[in-house]
Amino acid sequence: MPSLGDIIRNSQIWKSIFRHPAPVDRRNRIVVMLTNFFLHLHPVSAKKQGIALSYTWCMGGVTFFLFLVETVTGVLLMFYYRPTIEWAYADILTLRDATSLGILRELHRWGAHAMVITVWLHMYRVFLTGSYKPPREFNWVIGVILLLLTLLLSFTGYLLPWDQLAIWAITVGSNMARATPFLGYEGPGAQLLTVGGIDMITNASDARFGLLGARFVGEETLNRFYVLHCIAIPLGVALLLAVHFWRVRKDGGISGPM
Amino acid sequence: MHGLDYNEFLSQISGFLCGYYLLIAAMNWLFALYRWKNKGESRLALAWACVGLVSLILAAMSVAGNPDVIRYISFNETIKGGIDALMSPTTYSVGSLLILLVMFRYREVLVRPNVAWLGLNGMMFFMGLSLADQDFAAIVTKPDNVPIVGLIFLLAFFTWLATSKAVENDRRIANGELPLEATEPEREKVLVWPDLVYTELICMIALTAVMLLWAILLQAPLEEPASSVKTPNPSKAPWYFLGLQEMLVYYDPWMAGVVLPSMIVAGLMAIPYIDFNKKGNGYYTINERKFAYLTFQFGFLVLWVTLIIMGTFLRGPNWNFFGFYEYWDSHAVEAMNNVDLSQYFWVGMLNQPLPKPDPDAAFLTKVLVIAQRECVGIVLLIGYFAILPPLLAMWDKKRLFQPMYKRMGLIRYMVMTNLMLWMALLPIKMLARWVFSMKYFIAIPEYFINF
Repeated sequence: MPSLGDIIRNSQIWKSIFRHPAPVDRRNRIVVMLTNFFLHLHPVSAKKQGIALSYTWCMGGVTFFLFLVETVTGVLLMFYYRPTIEWAYADILTLRDATSLGILRELHRWGAHAMVITVWLHMYRVFLTGSYKPPREFNWVIGVILLLLTLLLSFTGYLLPWDQLAIWAITVGSNMARATPFLGYEGPGAQLLTVGGIDMITNASDARFGLLGARFVGEETLNRFYVLHCIAIPLGVALLLAVHFWRVRKDGGISGPM
Repeated sequence: MHGLDYNEFLSQISGFLCGYYLLIAAMNWLFALYRWKNKGESRLALAWACVGLVSLILAAMSVAGNPDVIRYISFNETIKGGIDALMSPTTYSVGSLLILLVMFRYREVLVRPNVAWLGLNGMMFFMGLSLADQDFAAIVTKPDNVPIVGLIFLLAFFTWLATSKAVENDRRIANGELPLEATEPEREKVLVWPDLVYTELICMIALTAVMLLWAILLQAPLEEPASSVKTPNPSKAPWYFLGLQEMLVYYDPWMAGVVLPSMIVAGLMAIPYIDFNKKGNGYYTINERKFAYLTFQFGFLVLWVTLIIMGTFLRGPNWNFFGFYEYWDSHAVEAMNNVDLSQYFWVGMLNQPLPKPDPDAAFLTKVLVIAQRECVGIVLLIGYFAILPPLLAMWDKKRLFQPMYKRMGLIRYMVMTNLMLWMALLPIKMLARWVFSMKYFIAIPEYFINF
C-alpha cells in the first residue's frame, strides 16, 4: 500500500515539475541545483569559507529579498493608489483606515528603509573583505550604480503619499538640481549659455525642471515620480541585478583568499 | 511629542521603556549563560547576570510611568545640561573622528567579547536613561528616524564582527599562519544544497518575521496633506541624504548638492582601479591594507554616517544645532559672521577695498577683475589639486606617497590623490569655518561660483 506522499511524488504532474527525486543524496543535491530555474543562480558547490554567514552576513541576499518584498507590496499598493493630487493622499488614508490588516504600506516603507541600510552593509562587507579587487572590479562598479538606483527608488517613493513630509523632503532634495553647473538656472556657468541674448537655461528648462516636470513640486512631479518609481527604476534595477548576479558567478563565485 | 503634559508622555513611553529594559535583561542573561562555559570567565558571567538583574529592576521601576520613580532612572538636568553644553558641530565632528581613531588604535582590546558587550550595554543604557527625556524621545521615536537608530546598532555590530575577524587574521598572519579563510578546512568545497540554500531560507524567514513585527508595531508616518504654502521648519531631505544636507552648511548647493555627491559616486567606482594592493582580497584584514581601510572608514563612518546622525537628531529648526535633550526652538538665532578669504586678504592684510568689476564692462575685463579679487583662493585651489600631490610624493619618500606614485604611475596617482583631496574638502572647510569663520575660499556671486 503506497503512502499518499508516494502517490503524489510518483504522479505525472509532480514529475513534470521536479524531474528528479528529492535532494536527499549527493547526486540529487547536485541535480536539483542544475535543473531548477531559481536555484541555478547558484553554483553546485562552493567553498565553506565563502558561504559562511559570518563572512558574507548574507547582506546581498537580504537586499535582494527586500527588493522582492518591495516589488510584491508595491504591486499590491498600486491597486489602491491613484497618482493624482486629488486622490493620492485620500487613497493613502483609505488604505490606512479602511483595509483590513492594513500593514501593506508599513511593510513597503520600512522595507525601503531597511533596503537602503542593507545595501550599505553589503558594500561595507565587500569593502572590508577586499572583494572588489581583481577580478571583481567591474561588479563593484555595477554595485555602486545599484546603490544609486536604490537611493533614487527610495527618493521617488518618498513623494507618493503626497503629505507635508513628502513634498518638502522632495522640494529640499530637488532644489539641489537648480544649482547644477551649467544645467541649473542658479548653477555656475548657466548664464554663459545664451543664444543671441536669450538665456537657454531658465527655471523652465533647467535640470530641476526636467526632474520635476514643473517649476515646483506639483501634479506633473507626482506623475513623473510615480512612473520612475513603479516602472523605470525597477526595470533598471532588475536588469543590473541580473548582471550583478551573473558576474558574481563569472568572476569566480563569492570571494575568498586567492 | 510636545504639547503633551510630562505625565501623559511618561505614561506613553513607560510601556516601551519597560519592554526595552526587559530586553536588555534577557540579552545579558543569555550572554552570561554563553560565557559561563569559558574557562576563568565564570565571575564575569556572574557580573553580566547581575547587569541583567539591574535591568530587570529598571524595567519594574519604569512600568508604572510614575514620574517620582522614573526620576531615579533617567539622567538628571545637570547631566543633560552638561551633555548639551558640550555638544556643538565642532565637538561632535572632532569627537567622532577621535572615537574612530581610538577604536582603531585599541581595536585588539575592543573586539574582545566581554569588552564589546560592555560597549553594547553602555549604548543601550544610555538610550534607556535618555528616553525619559521628552525632547530626546521626540526625535528618536519619530517613525522615520527609527531606521537610523537601527542602523547605528547594526553598524556597531557588524563593525565589531568584521574587526574581530580582521584582528584574528592579522594575529595569525603575524605568526606566519594563513588567514582563517585560507585554511584547509575552510577551503573545502561543500554542496550548495543544503549548506547555502538553507542559510538563505532561514535568513528569509527571520527577515520576514522582523519586517512583519516592525510593520505591526510601528505605523508608517502620514502628516497633513501636502501644502505648498506651509513650509515646515526644519525642512529635511529623506534621512539617507541628510549628510549631503549637512554639507550645505559649509558649501553652496552646486558643491554640496551636485559636485560633491558626484565625486562620492565617482570615487566609490574608482576604488577597485586605484587600490593596487593585491593583499587582503577575500578575507578580513586591517594590517595588510591599513591605508585603504582608514580612508574608507573615515569616508563612510565619519563623513557619511555620523553626518546623517547629526542631520537627523541634532539639526532642528533653521538647521540650527541642538543637543540631544534640547527643545527644538524655532526662534533660536545663531550668529553668522562668516568672512570670505578675499575679504581677509584685501581688507584685512592689504588694507584696500575689494576690486570691483564694472557691471557694464566687457565679459573678459570683468573676469580679469574678479580673478584679481579672488587671486588668493584661486592660487590655493590650483595648488591644492595640482601641486600638493607631487609635493606629497617628493616629501614622503619612504612610507606612503612616493611608493604609491612609483607603483601607480602619474595618471592613476593624480586621480587617487585628487579623489582623496575632494574628500578632504569637507573637513577642511569645516575647520576653516570653525577656526577662521571662513565663508568662501573663492566668492564669485556674479556667476554663482562660491566655493
